Amino acid sequence: MSHPVRRIVFGVVGTTLVGGLLFACRTSTPTLNNAVSGDAASRVYVAPGKKDEFYAFMSGGFSGQVSVYGLPSGRLMKVIPVFSQDPEEGWGYDEESKGMLQTSYGFVPWDDSHHPELSQTDGVPNGKWLFINGNNTPRIARIDLGRFETQEILQIPNSAGNHSSPFTTPDGKYVVAGTRFSVPIPNNRDESIASYKQNFKGTISFVRADQPGKMDVAFQILVPGFDYDLGHAGKAVSDGWFFFTTYNTEQAHTKLEANASQNDKDFIAAIDYKRAEACVAGGKAKPMPANYTHNTLDEHSGIAHVEKKTSVTILDPKDCDGLMYFLPTAKSPHGVDVDPTGEYIVGNGKLASVITVHSFTKMKKAIADKAFDKVIDGIPVLKYEAVVAGEVKNPGLGPLHTEFDGKGYAYTSMFISSEIVKWKLGTWEVVDRIPTYYAIGHLMIPGGDSRKPWGKYVVALNKITKDRYLPTGPLMFQSAQLYDISGDKMKLLLDFPMIGEPHYAQALPASLINSVKFNKLAENTNPWAVKSEAEGGISRQGKVVHVKLAAIRSHFSPDNIEGIQVGDTVYFHVTNIEQDWDIVHGFAVLGNTDASELILPPGETRTLKWIPRSVAVYPFYCTDFCSALHQEMQGYIRVSPAGSTVPLVASINDHPLNHMTMPGMATRPGAAAGQMNNMNGSGGRP
Amino acid sequence: MSRFSRMLIAVAGVLLGGMLVFPLWSIGLVAPQYPEGLGMVIGIHTITGQNPQDLNNINELNHYIGMKVIDPNAIPELRVMPWIVGALILLALVAAAWGKRSLVIGWLVGLFALGVAGLVDFWRWTYDFGHNLDVEHAIIKMPGTVYQPPILGSKQILNFTATSWPSLGAWLAVAAFVAGLIALLMARRGTPAAPSAIRPRHTASSSTLATDIAPATG
Repeated sequence: MSHPVRRIVFGVVGTTLVGGLLFACRTSTPTLNNAVSGDAASRVYVAPGKKDEFYAFMSGGFSGQVSVYGLPSGRLMKVIPVFSQDPEEGWGYDEESKGMLQTSYGFVPWDDSHHPELSQTDGVPNGKWLFINGNNTPRIARIDLGRFETQEILQIPNSAGNHSSPFTTPDGKYVVAGTRFSVPIPNNRDESIASYKQNFKGTISFVRADQPGKMDVAFQILVPGFDYDLGHAGKAVSDGWFFFTTYNTEQAHTKLEANASQNDKDFIAAIDYKRAEACVAGGKAKPMPANYTHNTLDEHSGIAHVEKKTSVTILDPKDCDGLMYFLPTAKSPHGVDVDPTGEYIVGNGKLASVITVHSFTKMKKAIADKAFDKVIDGIPVLKYEAVVAGEVKNPGLGPLHTEFDGKGYAYTSMFISSEIVKWKLGTWEVVDRIPTYYAIGHLMIPGGDSRKPWGKYVVALNKITKDRYLPTGPLMFQSAQLYDISGDKMKLLLDFPMIGEPHYAQALPASLINSVKFNKLAENTNPWAVKSEAEGGISRQGKVVHVKLAAIRSHFSPDNIEGIQVGDTVYFHVTNIEQDWDIVHGFAVLGNTDASELILPPGETRTLKWIPRSVAVYPFYCTDFCSALHQEMQGYIRVSPAGSTVPLVASINDHPLNHMTMPGMATRPGAAAGQMNNMNGSGGRP
Repeated sequence: MSRFSRMLIAVAGVLLGGMLVFPLWSIGLVAPQYPEGLGMVIGIHTITGQNPQDLNNINELNHYIGMKVIDPNAIPELRVMPWIVGALILLALVAAAWGKRSLVIGWLVGLFALGVAGLVDFWRWTYDFGHNLDVEHAIIKMPGTVYQPPILGSKQILNFTATSWPSLGAWLAVAAFVAGLIALLMARRGTPAAPSAIRPRHTASSSTLATDIAPATG
């Protein structure tokens, strides 16, 4: 597409129609902008055995997970299970991890994960943790980047859709959660939907996130019933402030497509969170009953602990002067992005013909001068002219998100015109543009939302794939493109598919991550762990049978089990007693309707639940090709009729293993078992 | 003996102390699926893994071919060796204090004998592990394959390349022997010589000695 054509079209018809026309144009000239530069192949070629320069973490969107890619090669290296059950790793199926997916609504084995956020120190990613939001059933997960494992999930109360989350403060003290859906708060009333304007509210939560295992909603700010879309913390000069975009300031409750697109300007909400801390400390906030869960995975036992929380601290802006202001921003802004200096706050008005850039300095002056248009629910609306630093004119169609290269340039994704537009901070002039394939959503520069971007590449995370790869039927993976941004002109380097629907992504230099090889068996504190083959064994408590097994190349100990009866609930506690890098075992039982398989990293214990429903001999086997004798790594379970007199025996090499002592039985009966989601058959609900 | 010789023999005793502190020998194992390698480190009183778990993992792999478990507690020489080395250190210090050539000669013979005996014993153990397999229960049987690792240098054993080299402790013992030998040769001259006269001779003899000794101890 040449520029004059775009301008003419832009001037004549509405944006949605333009999107269609642009796709039509592209179909007729498919190779127009598809050229890669001559050295693209060598720029992205990471030779066999060599490693990528960057780790990139892509949100899985409706897959609920996080995928880990290497840049510049675009190689998929891992999928980290987060909010969704994952039979591949047994996540959410084994008894240890089930608790991680507990919520106040019960077991929610799926979510919609949008925005990965690397933990930061002094405004720069530090490689410790990755946070990600669950949009559907509001949650924030913390993933440990030593183990690439989800270790903590905090549910967000008084929220009905957690989209503007989990962006971090530069000091890593808080991550935030703003509500996409306003609802009655507390949401336990039988309320008419038409009473939206009177009764529906939003909340913005500040979640303590600097102590692993101790994430906690520090306070929630009660805000007008708009939709809170995205957020970013201030940094450097604007440190101490947080910015959120809003749309539906019309407060429509139906057909938002049209009814929430009436106002020429919506708002960026600017929150002085240091002021909020002062008001909370000064007793201006109130506790409110709320039901939500805080799930933590113990690194040494691998067992999830579900904590039920019953109260949250609510702060009303009316009770805390100077807490919050609205900055008018052209129309229905999606992303709000703060440049590395902290001075410029970019509002990506997805239905606007300009990109609005606010000045933090001007905002502070406007607040001091009380340059207010009006006040909404105690929140002053600042005058547009008093806060705006500039507008990027004719940037393209449908600006959604902006990232920065640390060299004075901003890169904005244009959903409708399907391109990345590079523009200069301060002069607001567009200096370069390059097509994306197709309909880009987020874009990502490593560290591109931080104080010190590694401005070498930008990745386009697209919504539409169509003809980019060999076709795979009506549903296809989504496409990403990698561009070189080290020179004046952006250059297309690579195109690769991604799992789920990546929304945002984050990346950082590989040197900042210290990946763990395996857990030490000696530090395994799972009460059902075995440390040697001889510790394998079996025991019965009524209708519940516990079997402890050791997995080691290339057998299970025990591998013959008799005395199980139809209707028993059997728990197989399997420990991989190997202490060798990447020697993984699996465990699966024929016809198990109660769980998936287990996947067992070295030194770790996982538990599989199984209720045999008919008399038979059931094999079990290792599902991860572990060794030359992997195919021999198998065993049998004999299931007898209920009430049978067949003795309970677990053996290996026809040598019976001792009936084991139950963990915790000597001291507190059932205490250890109780840690693991009621393994005595009460259904695994908290 | 000259003061220089006595000092040198004292230094030799201290160098020999390195055998008690530093590893004597190491065997490295690299295979396609072990690019990071597994390693076994032999010390004066124990055998450990290069990384904490390596010895267990080597034993774990060895069970496929029916090799005995390498258990430091089952090797009695590891109990005795520290005492012998301790005695030799003491003897060096006594020789330095007393200044008798015969003590130095005795010490050199003792250390040489220890080196030879140690290597023979080492070879004997590797032969035993490599040949006396539990053939009946071995999972993998490769007729004609000898699993004895090398004492020096590299050897392919199934998928593993095994490489064996002396470590710092052994090199310090060699250095101690060389120092002792120099002390003895210098002592033969009876009186301390002017440095200008002695230096060329000194250098020549030590380099000759080094080549003489290398095959015997190395």
